[in-house]
Amino acid sequence: MSLRTGVRSLAWAAASALLANAWAAEIPLGERRSGYDLMSRETRAMQDEDATNPGMLWVLDGETLWNRKSGAAGRACADCHGDARASMKGVAARYPAFDSSRARPVSLEQRINLCRTGRQKAAPLAYESKELLALTAYVARQSRGLPISILIDARSKPFLEAGREAFHRRQGQLNLACAQCHDDNWGKRLAGSVIPQAHPTGYPLYRLEWQGLGSLERRLRNCLTGIRAQVPDFGAAELVDLELFLMWRARGMKIETPAVRP
Amino acid sequence: MARAVVTLPAQAKRGEIIEIKTLAAHPMETGFRRTQLGELIPRDIIRRFTCTYNGTEVCRVDLHPAMSANPLIAFTTVATESGTLSFQWVGDNGYTVTEIASIRVE
Amino acid sequence: MSLPISLVSTESPMTTRREFLLLAAASLAAPAANAQVDPNLAASRKAAFQAALRKIVGDAKVQRGRVKLQLPPLIDNGNSVPLSVAVESPMTDADHVKAIHILTEKNPLPDVVSVRLSPRAGRASLATRVRLADTQTVTAIAQMSDGSFWSDSAEVVVTLSACLEEGLI
Repeated sequence: MSLRTGVRSLAWAAASALLANAWAAEIPLGERRSGYDLMSRETRAMQDEDATNPGMLWVLDGETLWNRKSGAAGRACADCHGDARASMKGVAARYPAFDSSRARPVSLEQRINLCRTGRQKAAPLAYESKELLALTAYVARQSRGLPISILIDARSKPFLEAGREAFHRRQGQLNLACAQCHDDNWGKRLAGSVIPQAHPTGYPLYRLEWQGLGSLERRLRNCLTGIRAQVPDFGAAELVDLELFLMWRARGMKIETPAVRP
Repeated sequence: MARAVVTLPAQAKRGEIIEIKTLAAHPMETGFRRTQLGELIPRDIIRRFTCTYNGTEVCRVDLHPAMSANPLIAFTTVATESGTLSFQWVGDNGYTVTEIASIRVE
Repeated sequence: MSLPISLVSTESPMTTRREFLLLAAASLAAPAANAQVDPNLAASRKAAFQAALRKIVGDAKVQRGRVKLQLPPLIDNGNSVPLSVAVESPMTDADHVKAIHILTEKNPLPDVVSVRLSPRAGRASLATRVRLADTQTVTAIAQMSDGSFWSDSAEVVVTLSACLEEGLI
C-alpha cells in the first residue's frame, strides 16, 4: 500500500469513527419504546380503559368546549371544523407544524390559540389552563392509535436542527444533556424511577405525580428545573423547537393521548 | 363541564351482576400539603359517594384524604329491573355532583 | 432562624467549624410542622391504626381469610395506587358482607375508604386508587351480616410518597 493510500484509509477510518460517535447514542428506530412499556401492569390498565382513565375527564371537557360558541365572532370550533372525530383525525400526529403566519413551527396549543384569536376573535387560553388542556387533549385524542408523522421540509428543517441541538446540549448546574439520560441511559433507574426514552406519544397526559393532566411543555420545564437549568416560559421558541425534534424522533410511534404516566 | 364519568352497560339480563365504574373530577386535597411558604393547604375532599337504583341505595362509599385525586370507584350491582341509576358525590365546600344513567333489564 | 450572610465565607470554599455548627442548629430548629422529624411518628400512627380498627370491630376477633386485597407490590407512584378488594360471600339476605374497610399503618390518617353493601351488590368487591405515604402494610376488614369480621393485608413498597410532598404554590 502506498503512503497516499494509507493516509486516505486512515482519513476514512477517522471520519467514520467520528460519524459513528455522532450517531452511536441515538436509539435505533426498531428499539424505540414508549414510556407505556416501562409502567406497571396496573398503570397501563389505567390508561387502556376510558372508564378508568382520569384523562378522559379533560377530554370530555374538551368536547364541550369544542361545541361552545366563543369570542366576538360567536363561533365554536365545531362551526368551522364540524365533527372533531373526522376533522381532527391525524392532526395531533403531525404537530408541531409549520405556520406561515408565524414563519415557524407552532405547537398544537399555539395552533388552538391562533384559531381563538384569529377566527373566534376570543382571548387566547392561558398555557396550562384547564380549558387549553381540555381542548388540546380532545383534539389529540382524535389521533389516538395513529403513527406520529412530522413533515420536515426546507422551512422547518432549521427548527428541527435547533431542537436536536438543544436535546444534545449540556445545560444547567448539573450540566446534563437530555440525550445523556434518554438516549444513553434509558431503562436504568434514577432515584427509584425508570428512565424512559422520552417520546411524547401521549400528551397532554395524566401524570400520577401531578395528580392531574399536563402538557409536554410542563414536563420539559420540570426536567429543566431538575437539572437546575434556566427554564424558558411556556410557548418559548426553544420549547417548541425541542418538541418538534422529540416528535420527529418519535416518528412512526403511535399517539396514546390521553396517556397515564407515573 | 364533565364533573364525573359513569360507565355501565345500557342493558342487562334480570339477575345479572353488572360492573359500574365511576370517575369524579376532584383534586382530593388532603389537608397535609404545604405551600412553599409553609402554609397548610386546607382539606377539600369528596366525603361520600352513593348509588341508588330506582330510589334504593345499593352502594355507599365513605372517602378519606387517602383516596387519590379524581377518584375511581368501581363496584357491582344486580340488574334487578329497568330504570334509573343515580350517582351522587358529596364533599367539602358544598361540593355536590349527580349523574344519572338508565338501564334496560330484560 | 436565618443565617447572617456575613458568616458565609467567600474566601474559602470549605465550611468553617463555626458555620457548620450554626447551619446544623438552624436545621434542627426547623418548624415542628415538618412531621417527618417527629421521632414518635411511627408509634403514634400505629396507635391511630389500632384505634381505627377498634372503632370498626369493637372487641370482636378479626379472622384472616375470605377477603382478598390486591395491591401492586412495587408501585409507580404513591399518589395513585390501584387497589382492589373482594370478599367471598353468597351475598344473600342471610349471609352477606355489610361493609369493607381499608386501613393503613403509616399514612397520616389510618382510614382510607369504607364501602357499605347489601345483597343488591351481587358481589362484595371494590376497586379504587389510593394514596400511600410510605412502604407499608395495607389492611382490609370485611364486616359480615352475622357480626363476624374477616381481614386480609398486603405489603406495598412505595418509593415516591404521596401525602408528605411539598406544596406547589
